Formats: sequence, structure tokens, C-alpha cells
Amino acid sequence: MDLITGIIVVLLTLGGAFFFLVGTLGLIRMPDVYCRMHTTTKCDTLGAGLALLALMVYRGFSIVSIKLLLVIIFIWLTNPTAAHIISKAEYNKDNKRDNDNNEVFL
Amino acid sequence: MSKIAFEAISVFLALLAFVSLYRAYKGPTPADRVVAINVISTKVTVLIGFLAILTNQDAFVDVALIYAMMGFVTTVCVSKYMEKGKLY
Repeated sequence: MDLITGIIVVLLTLGGAFFFLVGTLGLIRMPDVYCRMHTTTKCDTLGAGLALLALMVYRGFSIVSIKLLLVIIFIWLTNPTAAHIISKAEYNKDNKRDNDNNEVFL
Repeated sequence: MSKIAFEAISVFLALLAFVSLYRAYKGPTPADRVVAINVISTKVTVLIGFLAILTNQDAFVDVALIYAMMGFVTTVCVSKYMEKGKLY
């Protein structure tokens, strides 16, 4: 039972490290702001989710794992919102150079 | 076995945060810098969570939660300022 838990924890940790590596590689190598935002959002959601899920499995059912679940839920709620706000700001800033009519107000 | 994996991913996340700092320094537009700072904030949040388990200090998980909230507020404020030139 302990061995199975250890294997699951190591696999989840390796998955989180992989998604963080992919996100950082995209942040460095992608050519555009929107492409970079696309890769980093994947990195935030899946990398942080899998890594903190490994900690939850390692600690078992306790108050600490409930707090870690709270951190995961908060990251999953706020990171798409932050990416949406950044892309909206960049889009409106680009469009104001051409004409003032097609501004996004979402 | 799990402790070794946690120590390895902690060092790995610190290295990746330094690599992301390159984009915050070099980025051509202000939005690039905001994206890079957002990613570094998430990485530091996960790193604080790993340190809480590695050092058996359970209060560090609360620090991770507050750090995630501060990163979100920072991103929203800088984006609003970048778009409008004012915060409200």
C-alpha cells in the first residue's frame, strides 16, 4: 500500500514537472504575446494542479490536504481570469492605434 | 522515494523561475512582462507548498494561499493600468 502511494506520488510529481517545463519552453520560444499566453496558461493549470495533487496524495486525508485543495481551486479560478484580462488589455491597446470603434468590453 | 522527488522538483522549479525571468527582462511589450511575472508567481506558490511538506511546517500552506491571491491582484492591477492608464 505504501509502495503504491509512493509510485502514484512520483508519477504525479513528474507530470507536474513536465508541464512546467513545457510552459517555460513555450514562454521562451513562442513568437507572439498571445502564443506565449496560450502555453503559460496550460503550464499554470496542469502543472500546478498535478504537483499540488501529489502533495495531497502524500499527506493523506487531513486539514493540510484540504488547504492544498483550496489552493488548487483558487489557482484554477484565477489563472484563466488573469490570462483573459492580460489578452484583453493587449488587444485594446493594439486596436486603439487604428481606430477607436472596435474595443472589447468583456 | 517521495522525498527525493519533492526535493528534485523544488530545485527544478527554482531553475525554471530563473529561466522565466529572462522573458520578464527581455520581453518586447509590457504584456510579455506581465505574463512572465504571472508564471513566476504560480511557480513560487507551488514551491512554497513543496517546502511546507518537506520541512513539516504546516503553516506554510497558508502562506502559499496568500501568495496566490497576491499574484492575482498584482496581475489584474498591472493589466488594468496597462490598458487604461489608470486603475479604475
